[in-house]
Amino acid sequence: MFKHLAASIRGIGHRTIEGIWQLGHATRFFLLVLLKSGTSFRRFGLVIRELYYVGVLSLIIIVVSGLFVGMVLGLQGYETLQKYGSESAVGTLVALSLVRELGPVVAALLFASRAGSAITAEIGLMKATEQLAAMGMMAVDPVARVVAPRFWAGVISMPFLAAIFSVMGVFGGYLVTVTFIGVDAGSFWSQMQSNVDFRIDILNGFIKSCFFGVAVTAIAVFEGYDSPPTAEGVSGATTRTVVTSSLAILGLDFILTAFMFRGL
Amino acid sequence: MQRRTLDFWVGLFVMTGIAALMFLSLKVGNLDTYGIADSYVVKGNFDNIGGLKTRAPVKSSGVVVGRVADIQFSTSTYDAIVTMNIDSRYQFPKDTFASILTAGLLGEQYIGLAAGGDEVMLKEGDTIMKTNSAMVLEEMIGRFLFDKASEDNDF
Amino acid sequence: MTPEVLVEISDLNFSYNSRPILKGINMTMKRGQVIAIMGGSGSGKTTLLRLIGGEVVPSSGYVKVSGQVVHELERDALFEIRRKMGMLFQFGALFTDLSVFDNVAFQMREHTDLPESMIRDLVLMKLHAVGLRGAHHLMPAELSGGMARRVALARSIALDPMLIMYDEPFTGLDPISLGVIGSLIRRMTDTLGMTSVIVTHDVQESLKIVDYVYFIADGVIAAHGTPAEVRDSVTPFVHQFVHGEVDGPVPFHYPAQSYRRDLNLEKALV
Ligand SMILES: Nc1ncnc2c1ncn2[C@@H]1O[C@H](COP(=O)(O)OP(=O)(O)OP(=O)(O)O)[C@@H](O)[C@H]1O
Ligand SMILES: [Mg+2]
Repeated sequence: MFKHLAASIRGIGHRTIEGIWQLGHATRFFLLVLLKSGTSFRRFGLVIRELYYVGVLSLIIIVVSGLFVGMVLGLQGYETLQKYGSESAVGTLVALSLVRELGPVVAALLFASRAGSAITAEIGLMKATEQLAAMGMMAVDPVARVVAPRFWAGVISMPFLAAIFSVMGVFGGYLVTVTFIGVDAGSFWSQMQSNVDFRIDILNGFIKSCFFGVAVTAIAVFEGYDSPPTAEGVSGATTRTVVTSSLAILGLDFILTAFMFRGL
Repeated sequence: MQRRTLDFWVGLFVMTGIAALMFLSLKVGNLDTYGIADSYVVKGNFDNIGGLKTRAPVKSSGVVVGRVADIQFSTSTYDAIVTMNIDSRYQFPKDTFASILTAGLLGEQYIGLAAGGDEVMLKEGDTIMKTNSAMVLEEMIGRFLFDKASEDNDF
Repeated sequence: MTPEVLVEISDLNFSYNSRPILKGINMTMKRGQVIAIMGGSGSGKTTLLRLIGGEVVPSSGYVKVSGQVVHELERDALFEIRRKMGMLFQFGALFTDLSVFDNVAFQMREHTDLPESMIRDLVLMKLHAVGLRGAHHLMPAELSGGMARRVALARSIALDPMLIMYDEPFTGLDPISLGVIGSLIRRMTDTLGMTSVIVTHDVQESLKIVDYVYFIADGVIAAHGTPAEVRDSVTPFVHQFVHGEVDGPVPFHYPAQSYRRDLNLEKALV
């Protein structure tokens, strides 16, 4: 009994230390990537190539999900608001939920599973097949040549994807409430415009998505670069990318929200 | 993939992203209603601001003419100092009356400006002298009950 | 002309997780030489190449390449010296997201300012040398194992380095390409005055082209000599290797407990 307790406490302690060690390792890698980002900007073609894989190929899922999320928000919001006779506020509801929370958060979650996992798998496989070692032997730094361009492509894509998600959501909400249900289009827009603030809502949503972009891509490149060079290693790293970045997104969202909207 | 096609798609992606951000700023948000237009600052002291919040609209005759920029509590006068940004296109006389009103029964609170008759106009940094505090529902109900009770007592 | 020493390995020790792999290796490699390193599977040949390239750090001893101790170099100096090295990885390690052409052009684009037209000519020349000029537009996934290895070879000689390390260049090649690649290595070494290090199991083919052979077994150099010395050697070790015999001093098995015990046959005896 006592032995079991001691063993489990020791296990917890061990895992905590392991976690701290891993965090430090990841932070050092993150700084290394930043330090070696010069190449990415001197040869922006490298980043453009990755923008295609990370950004353009994520568009479909972002557009479709944004549309549906907006439609559901419109429908649910209308159901509730019409009980109080304020169905014209549905535009405000849809836009605020999207711009403040759902746009950045859901887009980042989708981005993590669509692009983050792909980045991890690609870098992990390049490591497992010795491509990174070969690059190093050719006197080309793999962190500068492979990791940094992917990191920056992710950081650049995320705010755009979140904005596109929000716009598609507003459009979906408009489609359901105005086109199908028949809420007045004028009050839909005017209510929205008088209640959504540029600085407080849109700029903060944008800042959130920038944070998420950095977090997701940093986790993805780290997990890929750090993965054991085997098939299980790469698949485990891919799973960890999705799980860790989802948790990071939600945790960061809480912290950022607390900072941004505290006074309101 | 060909370099040119790749560049094309990425260009399209970035353009769509920027367009989405513009749409959010201008069409969904209200970037065009403040910040861009020139504005001047006026202040007002209120005994009670009720539920007034920063960036609540400042209206005159129902038209939005500005926004609340800041709300502070003054420890010298023990009341609230509300700072407003008013669009420079709209000038108000010095004796303008500012009151905190509520849109609908439970709606948001805003500041209503009723123009006075003074020749001198409000300038940047001026303070509005005539203010009317927010109606607080509890006080209204309390007063109503009190009135009712005193009426009853008369009989 | 007295050939100068390019690579000098002195009393080199290396272990993976405290398991010693190499124990006191000494070698010298001169310009214009083709050197073969042979030894059983898992005897540490690839590890030796990694040590020369500075990818791993020895536990004691050193590797000197053109007079510089590799593991003591700063990162920039290490990269500087690696630019003059080529390495053919055992499994090719082609960049799977780049075409054959771009793989071979990779170092030229990274390290030189050559115009694209000249890069094109150079790449096609390198690919022609390994017989794959016609395959320049393919992706690595579309190549056979032997073709991939030849592309990797073309890539490792892209910048005409002064030292090339080939990790098993002959595996997966048919006899014809094997002969061609063998004489290509020899010819390049002679004309460019470079040094080639070949890790190989193909004794007969490599004896035709190399100047010197090292046999590694148990982490030490078990034998060394010129091809003529090796062919005539009566050392049991070398004899076994050159003639591919199963029985002899080179163990086929990874160290393990007795086979009988592993199969639970010995219990009955105890
Ligand atoms: N990353 C590693 N971690 C731990 N041990 C390793 C690692 N890489 C290789 N080894 C061990 O080092 C020893 C030598 O490996 P090496 O790859 O140098 O062999 P090799 O001589 O090239 O064999 P082969 O002819 O099969 O390619 C092997 O016993 C292997 O188990
Ligand atoms: Mg090997």
